[in-house]
Amino acid sequence: MPESSQPEVPQPRRDSSEFGPSASWDALRRRADLLRCVRSFFDDRGFLEVETPLLSADVVVDRHLDPLSVILFDDPRDPETGPRRWLQTSPEFGMKRLLAAGAQAIYQITRAFRGGEVGALHNPEFTLVEWYRVGDDYQAGMDLLAELACATLRTTRVERLTYRQAFLNRVQLDPHVAPVADLIRLARQLDPHVPDYPASDRDSWLNFLLATAIEPQLGFERPTILYDYPASQAALALVRHDDPPVAERFELYVRGVELANGYHELVDPKSLRQRNSTQNELRAADGRPRLPESSRLLDAMEAGLPPCSGVALGFDRLVMVAAGANRLSEVMAFTSERA
Amino acid sequence: MSTYKTSDFRKGIKVQIDGEPFVMTEMNFVKPGKGNALYKCRLKNLIRGTTLERVYKGGDSLESADVEEVEAQFLYKQLETFVFMNNETYDQYELKADQVDDSWKWIKEGTVCSILLYNGNPVSMDPPPHVHLKVEYCEPGARGDTATNVTKSVKLETGAEVLVPLFINQGDLVRIDTRTGEYQERVKV
Repeated sequence: MPESSQPEVPQPRRDSSEFGPSASWDALRRRADLLRCVRSFFDDRGFLEVETPLLSADVVVDRHLDPLSVILFDDPRDPETGPRRWLQTSPEFGMKRLLAAGAQAIYQITRAFRGGEVGALHNPEFTLVEWYRVGDDYQAGMDLLAELACATLRTTRVERLTYRQAFLNRVQLDPHVAPVADLIRLARQLDPHVPDYPASDRDSWLNFLLATAIEPQLGFERPTILYDYPASQAALALVRHDDPPVAERFELYVRGVELANGYHELVDPKSLRQRNSTQNELRAADGRPRLPESSRLLDAMEAGLPPCSGVALGFDRLVMVAAGANRLSEVMAFTSERA
Repeated sequence: MSTYKTSDFRKGIKVQIDGEPFVMTEMNFVKPGKGNALYKCRLKNLIRGTTLERVYKGGDSLESADVEEVEAQFLYKQLETFVFMNNETYDQYELKADQVDDSWKWIKEGTVCSILLYNGNPVSMDPPPHVHLKVEYCEPGARGDTATNVTKSVKLETGAEVLVPLFINQGDLVRIDTRTGEYQERVKV
């Protein structure tokens, strides 16, 4: 064994551009350092590290998340026959079942899978850090995320900005009340070739404006938490019945890149049933297959999911911004096209 | 005609937009929050070299462009028409001066160029990345002047004018980078 604690970097004997990693050894070491940093962050705060299945009978029903699946065959000669298992788009369901069963503060560093997501900032297989703490309200959820951002990104302050204020600042428009015609007019002004979403699809227009005019500017001076999303974009977050109602959902941005998504968690199974069915209707309208709506998470919520906040953070992206890189391939050994 | 779905979008695919061929030079998959996916593409017009930025949503598609690059040598220029010949098939291709654009500066009889065929018709050409051309005329330089940071303008055998170091003489062969149009070195004969 070499005496130094730094693992030796293997020297390639011949040109490794065909089979070698796309990330530099420096970046891969940075990755390992950050993995340790994240673990000790949660260990120091008394979180229990857990592992839940990658393959599950249950899956998040979301209009814009396309889970990959595999068949658990009985007979290897007939590999297409057997129950379907979903590769987790996040460990959310498994972890919430643990919370309903008595866990207090848990975290997990795991792989997640999302179909159709390939690009500089997307890889169909990626690493998520996900955590939940019972008793954390909305503010506490954001506070913990900000602490983690400071611990990993060598910064001391995290800015907070409501979804509404971000729109007012950048495009002088209130996203919660502006008529959809105004959203469309502005989107076309920004890009005459904006996709032709139906006028009834308000969220897609908001989404386009967010992606085009707002996101690319977020988190440059310091990490920024965007919060209070439109209620229609609540996903699994609680909706606060203000006027207008907003979802208690928050996202962390650094240098225009979304790093994390958090919720003051929805605990009411009736609402989840309702949302699952709405999301499936939207999926069907988009031409996507419906996903199973019943799940053991619903059973757990019937039994009682304690009030909590939870966050999922894209670890690869965290390494990317920490390393000053612009593409995931600079911080992942092998992205999907070379996996 | 086949089509590319958004899931097929990637750098390098050749597509048709408003009847013209484009190559996708950049494709950014964007998915804000948990919203719907956007495909932000940068496309280069294969005929005119201009670029275009377009955003597509999941489920959109683009028609593929029937484009092919072939190698052909430059034969001659007649009035405003440049004539090339495919050395394998002996097919001849004609391009107008505006299709050849500035590239006339770097081609002489026999130069093997890359011709872009769109739906079977020649639409543009690229000269080789580097060419060797003879200096047809220049003012004589001072003997022993080997400075490379001082330049003078000379006329090449194709009629193009380029900046070269002072030590270059009439009759010298010079290597030119055709992408920048810059002198690179004197070629020893």
